[in-house]
Amino acid sequence: MTAPIEAAWAALEELTDPEIPVISLRELGILRDVRQGADGLEVVITPTYSGCPAMGQIEDDVKSTLANAGIAARVVTQLAPAWTTDWMSEEGKAKLHAYGIAPPHQTPAGSNVVRFIARPARAETVPCPLCGSANTVESSHFGSTACKALYKCLDCQEPFDYFKPY
Amino acid sequence: MKPAIDYLLHLADNALVLGQRNAEWCGHGPILEEDIALSNVSLDLIGQARLLYQLVASLKGGNCTEDRLAYFRDTHEFRNYTLLELPHHGPLSGYAQSSMDYGTTIVRNFLYSALMALLWEALEKSANADLAAIAGKSLKEVRYHLRHSRDWLVRLGDGTDESHARVQAALDHLFPYTQEFWAQSPAEAQAIAAGIGVDVTTLQADWDAIVDAALAEATLVRPPVGGYVTEGKQGIHSEHLGFLLAEMQSLARAHPNGSW
Repeated sequence: MTAPIEAAWAALEELTDPEIPVISLRELGILRDVRQGADGLEVVITPTYSGCPAMGQIEDDVKSTLANAGIAARVVTQLAPAWTTDWMSEEGKAKLHAYGIAPPHQTPAGSNVVRFIARPARAETVPCPLCGSANTVESSHFGSTACKALYKCLDCQEPFDYFKPY
Repeated sequence: MKPAIDYLLHLADNALVLGQRNAEWCGHGPILEEDIALSNVSLDLIGQARLLYQLVASLKGGNCTEDRLAYFRDTHEFRNYTLLELPHHGPLSGYAQSSMDYGTTIVRNFLYSALMALLWEALEKSANADLAAIAGKSLKEVRYHLRHSRDWLVRLGDGTDESHARVQAALDHLFPYTQEFWAQSPAEAQAIAAGIGVDVTTLQADWDAIVDAALAEATLVRPPVGGYVTEGKQGIHSEHLGFLLAEMQSLARAHPNGSW
């Protein structure tokens, strides 16, 4: 790694998700790469959900952070390979858990649509991030943001968010 | 390039028009969780439409932008399935009052999501790499949309007498519109020949399997199809699209080139 690339990674490390301020863009898997392009430094980010309203904010945050650090770089948005929650780092998942959001399960390998429909996510349990109980139930597929589902713990009675596998 | 543009607009308009329709539930959902769910589904759909419009704009070049495509085209230029522009209720006559019927919304979302779960997966192999990338993202989203609408289809169909009757009536009303899925348009034929598009008739057996399994679980009867095959994807729309566009486009047209 050359010095400017390391400097860019270091500067961007402090950037967190606008909706979930405990997890960094790198830990979320949104910040994909910092590389030397033909016209200088390139920072590669990938959008999460197509309709995520935070993406514009994230791109602005990346640009202003780089500018404040005096780093000249272009922000490149890359769609493929599509972002997946499997890219979330283990430390990132631990931070989500501590924040009260159940971290995502691994996406099912080679999942296809028909099997997905035939065998809905009943098999997987989502432990309560507050008391640890596995006795939880989904109250809605969609929570406060597209990336989360709403769950309820039947032991401690607390509602909580589950970051859905994507 | 033209085959790609026409085909991409068809996919984009589908997503935008259904996204706009579903968003009409925002603040009016039958329960808070469903209000939020439909709004999230709309966000996904409008996001998919934006990615596709951005791609069309880059292919067209000039001063074309995603906003121009969404806000400054008229009814006959839209290429969405007629199914997606219909209001949230069955046909009305005389002095009948319209109302928002959640069963109609759920049936429409189920029929469309079942198709798109298959179509996006097939489009991951499109010769257009940008479309393939958008398909890869959209597939992950439509699986959640399908799961959501299918769960509610079963809950309403296998629910009370009232919910069963309403969702069956919605199915009877909407099902004939799915004939449009399988009637190939010239734009689709060109996109298939160019390797960009997918022949949806190859997905029909899988779609039937998804639909029939869900209907059986929901104790609903699959209605017969027949009669007029709608041609929304060729720009020939019902009377409902104009009202939808008027509401959606009025702000952008009142303040052209405005930014906020």
